[in-house]
Amino acid sequence: MNHRLQKLVVAALIAAAPALAVAQGKVLKFIPQADLRILDPIATTAYITRNHGYMVYDTLFSIDDKFQVKPQMVDKWEMSKDGLTYTFTLRPGLKFHDGQAVKSADCIASIDRWSKRDALGQKLAEATESWRAVNDTTFTLKLKKPFPLTLDALAKPSSNVPFIMPERIAKTDPFKNLEDPIGSGPFKMVKAEWVPGNKVVYIKNTDYVPRKEAPSWASGGKVVKVDRVEWIYIPDSATAAAALNAGEADIWEQVPPDLIPLLSKNKSVTVKNNDPLGSMGMIRFNFLHPPFNNEKMRQALLYAVNQQDYVIGIAGDPKNGKPCFSYFTCGTPLATEAAADPLKGKRDMEKAKQLVKESGYKGEKVVIIDATDQPIVHSQSLLTLEILKKMGVNAEIQAGDWGTLITRRAVKEPIDKGGWNIFHTWLVGPDMVNPAVNFPIRGTGEKAWFGWPTDAKMEELREAWFNAKDLAESKKAAEAVQRRAFEFVPIIPTGQFILPTAYRANISGLIIAPINLLWNVEKK
Amino acid sequence: MFAYVVRRLLATIVVMAVVALVVFLLLYLTPGDPAAILAGDAATSDDIRRIREKLGLDQPFLVRFGGWIAQLIRGDLGTSIFTNLPVAHLIGQRVEPTLSLTLCTLLVSVLVAVPLGVVAAARAGTWIDRGVMAFSVLGFSLPVFVLAYILILIFSIELDWLPVQGYQPIREGLWEWARHLILPSTALGTVYIALIARITRASMLDALAQDYVRTAQAKGLTPSEVLVGHALKNAAVPIVTVIGIGIALLIGGAIVTETVFAIPGIGRLTVDSILRRDYPIIQGVVLIFSGAYVLINLAVDLSYMLLDPRIRY
Amino acid sequence: MVASPTWRGFRDAFRRHPTAIAGGVILLVMIAIALLAPWLGTVDPQAVAPVRRLKQPSEEFWFGSDMMGRDVYSRVLYGARVSLSIGIAVAILSTLLGLAIGLITGYIRWVDAIVMRVMDGLMSIPPVLLAIALMALTRASMENVIAAITLAEVPRVTRLVRSLVLTLREEPYVVAAIAAGTRLPRILLRHILPNIVAPLLVQATYVCASAMITEAILSFIGAGTPPNIPSWGNIMAEARSLFQIAGYLILFPGVCLSLTVLAINLLGDGMRDALDPRLARRM
Repeated sequence: MNHRLQKLVVAALIAAAPALAVAQGKVLKFIPQADLRILDPIATTAYITRNHGYMVYDTLFSIDDKFQVKPQMVDKWEMSKDGLTYTFTLRPGLKFHDGQAVKSADCIASIDRWSKRDALGQKLAEATESWRAVNDTTFTLKLKKPFPLTLDALAKPSSNVPFIMPERIAKTDPFKNLEDPIGSGPFKMVKAEWVPGNKVVYIKNTDYVPRKEAPSWASGGKVVKVDRVEWIYIPDSATAAAALNAGEADIWEQVPPDLIPLLSKNKSVTVKNNDPLGSMGMIRFNFLHPPFNNEKMRQALLYAVNQQDYVIGIAGDPKNGKPCFSYFTCGTPLATEAAADPLKGKRDMEKAKQLVKESGYKGEKVVIIDATDQPIVHSQSLLTLEILKKMGVNAEIQAGDWGTLITRRAVKEPIDKGGWNIFHTWLVGPDMVNPAVNFPIRGTGEKAWFGWPTDAKMEELREAWFNAKDLAESKKAAEAVQRRAFEFVPIIPTGQFILPTAYRANISGLIIAPINLLWNVEKK
Repeated sequence: MFAYVVRRLLATIVVMAVVALVVFLLLYLTPGDPAAILAGDAATSDDIRRIREKLGLDQPFLVRFGGWIAQLIRGDLGTSIFTNLPVAHLIGQRVEPTLSLTLCTLLVSVLVAVPLGVVAAARAGTWIDRGVMAFSVLGFSLPVFVLAYILILIFSIELDWLPVQGYQPIREGLWEWARHLILPSTALGTVYIALIARITRASMLDALAQDYVRTAQAKGLTPSEVLVGHALKNAAVPIVTVIGIGIALLIGGAIVTETVFAIPGIGRLTVDSILRRDYPIIQGVVLIFSGAYVLINLAVDLSYMLLDPRIRY
Repeated sequence: MVASPTWRGFRDAFRRHPTAIAGGVILLVMIAIALLAPWLGTVDPQAVAPVRRLKQPSEEFWFGSDMMGRDVYSRVLYGARVSLSIGIAVAILSTLLGLAIGLITGYIRWVDAIVMRVMDGLMSIPPVLLAIALMALTRASMENVIAAITLAEVPRVTRLVRSLVLTLREEPYVVAAIAAGTRLPRILLRHILPNIVAPLLVQATYVCASAMITEAILSFIGAGTPPNIPSWGNIMAEARSLFQIAGYLILFPGVCLSLTVLAINLLGDGMRDALDPRLARRM
């Protein structure tokens, strides 16, 4: 192309740019909680990947705001009288983004892959005899023994979510990270425009057939009211606040509580607690090495931890957090305060010190591993350090970044060989609602979560809960689990906090849910 | 001279090989398991072990290093552990923003610093000299992120003249591209003003003291003609050096600016990959950095020859 | 023709520069504050009290309180210790290392070729990578930060020493000494070293200033000193998103840091002007 022609083309492109922008239609600019790197919601439990999953995939069942299981991709379903056979029929017109119809084989393969990674899925798989495709839209599940939580499992709202993928993709090894985001969800990912660390682009799936009901959490009709969604990752929160204020973005998924005043001043921006369940902070011990391999030592901390302090340290404002003296997310059916006195009652540093003495603590060094790039983890570490020191424990913080913490917490050696005693983290509400999904309380030793507690009694009680036949039995069984938890102390809950969402005045339709969902959102 | 160039190019390859080995070794020894990060918070030790196997991270050092070298020889920089995208593609996405930021920052630095240095040299030893040099240090005496925040506060938030963050590719509009780069390049540019002003001043003084300037003055040229015409041309050598160093620094060192202004540049790619232990990206980026750095140094040394006829290799 | 500069000449010339003296005085004041911190009305800089977080400067908290309720005044004063220590440690270490390497490469040609290329390679590995690797290998600590920044500054010092040595080697008195059969260590010690000391000192001041800023940058990225132990850099880095809400968190450490860096630079400039102009040109 000769030089003059080149110049003309460039000029034309530059002039045409605004026109191209208009042709894109309604664009929703969303600032996500983290940077999307991994596209596979089965290979990882990362919340950002789960959110991505909700954009491009769909599920067989979903939970509504009353914690009831509702069908989503399923049209009708039946359970046999003996509870051993379920028959599912898919809704008509369900298609993947590549145009292929969603078939039973796809669903079966997806559930299979999911159940190999997810704990609740594993429990379901243990009870499963077989899945069978009757025809392209109907399939059955045969169980070896009754599993009352079958539908709850298939409707699981948070990591890992049993998203439905095409069979050929679902056949990938569950420990291998997928790269093809083809699903049957209300949005399609435009992979060519993906700049990891900066931007993820989705467009409306015009072939998607939403249900007729109103949306409620992840259930109901998923009607997309914009043409294009851009996830703009802004690593610096001050910049993100400024961007939202200036209109360079429309929604900010999670606002650090301290920055709320910056946004409240702006009349075009609303800050709202969109998340009814919030998140729960926690202190986790290493059960393999002294001093926290001793139950009394862990119990001592119960009397010293002041959840109010932790909540303020994390959430800043009492509006955004409150103490929650339960091992199950407060505000959900199984939350209870049974046996919570040590944590809930008046703080008793004397009792704490006494228990430390009774445990036979000899002044061993206690190492708290900290991640300075995670404010929620970091503030908890500082508070726990303070408390331990007041209790006369020889504690210190060893700081690194989150990557270092994750690696170090997998080390089973004692301190002098690179081990650890305490770390802090947090989980979203849906991940702590019952003994099935609440993995920190599990006492399966080597197979347990980092810390590796061995608690046969806890496992018995959890098993009992799985066999509960109705809500009343379920509550009793959960209470028993909690009583045991306050004896054995697998973690210490540090409080419940909410990270609010902020959005501009021309945005409406944000669904109130424990997950950020972008269908139903309108932009004027 | 040809022989010199060839020798330097060979040396470049040697350096890059050494850097490759050092970085690979460093990453191998550094704790931080991409498999653990990949698996997520709820994973068990068993999950992590299996993911690591699938990624091939449990193999011995030499096997992994050999594998990487073999890939490189095939021209393949590898694939990101997390996104499964090719490293070359990921770096390619970042080239335009980084180059744009680098060029604009250098522009700002040089446009402000060189005149400052010239003025300081012309009035060497006086209060003007002291004042100018002290002023140039101001930009250097605060960390970039503080400068950046102040600029955003004034120009984006209070005055609403310029955008807060982001990068607009050139093909989407030249004016928007420039608007988004004004604040970041100003913030980053002030850091280098002190350095460039100081070097300009030093080499101006050096050149001014030399014989040919006195000759020019004797020939009857006015002081400013002397200054600009002769002194500046010969003072260009060290200045080019500094600019070369500046370029190399910017290619890897605009991390803070890119973070604050949410510019998808190579600096942030590096830091994010390091924090995540995404080894293929880290290895690929460092290799390219070292190659670029060494080649730029070569170009700078060669340009010495063009600018100063007295230097010959 | 200027004879080898004497220490006295340098000292006298330095005294004639008021700005350099001002810089020196400010630096001494900062060092004094750092050393006397416990007796200047401070409390435990690490004591957290979330209930009293983010309070504006007042009677109770002279510089306000931070996001964990810690006293900012105490943190800034104790922070002087860490920031200055890092600056000075890096300056000393990089000078010593750069001196050693620069002397060798300036004198032995074949070592020079290899080492300079190694320096090139070293300079191309981002200091951030080094810092995070070091931090991950053990934990976030002052020693790691000092090591990482030193490694980044050594090549620059080496370059300076090397170019000085190359120049000085051609000086008549050195050539004469070699012709007279003086052995290498004695030449280095008696002729080369004394003439390098002054420019090295000047360079060391610039390195010190640069290191203090780099520490702040590393803290910003998360590879700096452990944040519960305050340094001017990490106080600002930790509070960065709050600059519009609690600007004092950045104001006080920021002013201290800039004043100190400015002072160090003025000191360096003054010292450089007092140098033999031939050597000053290298700077």
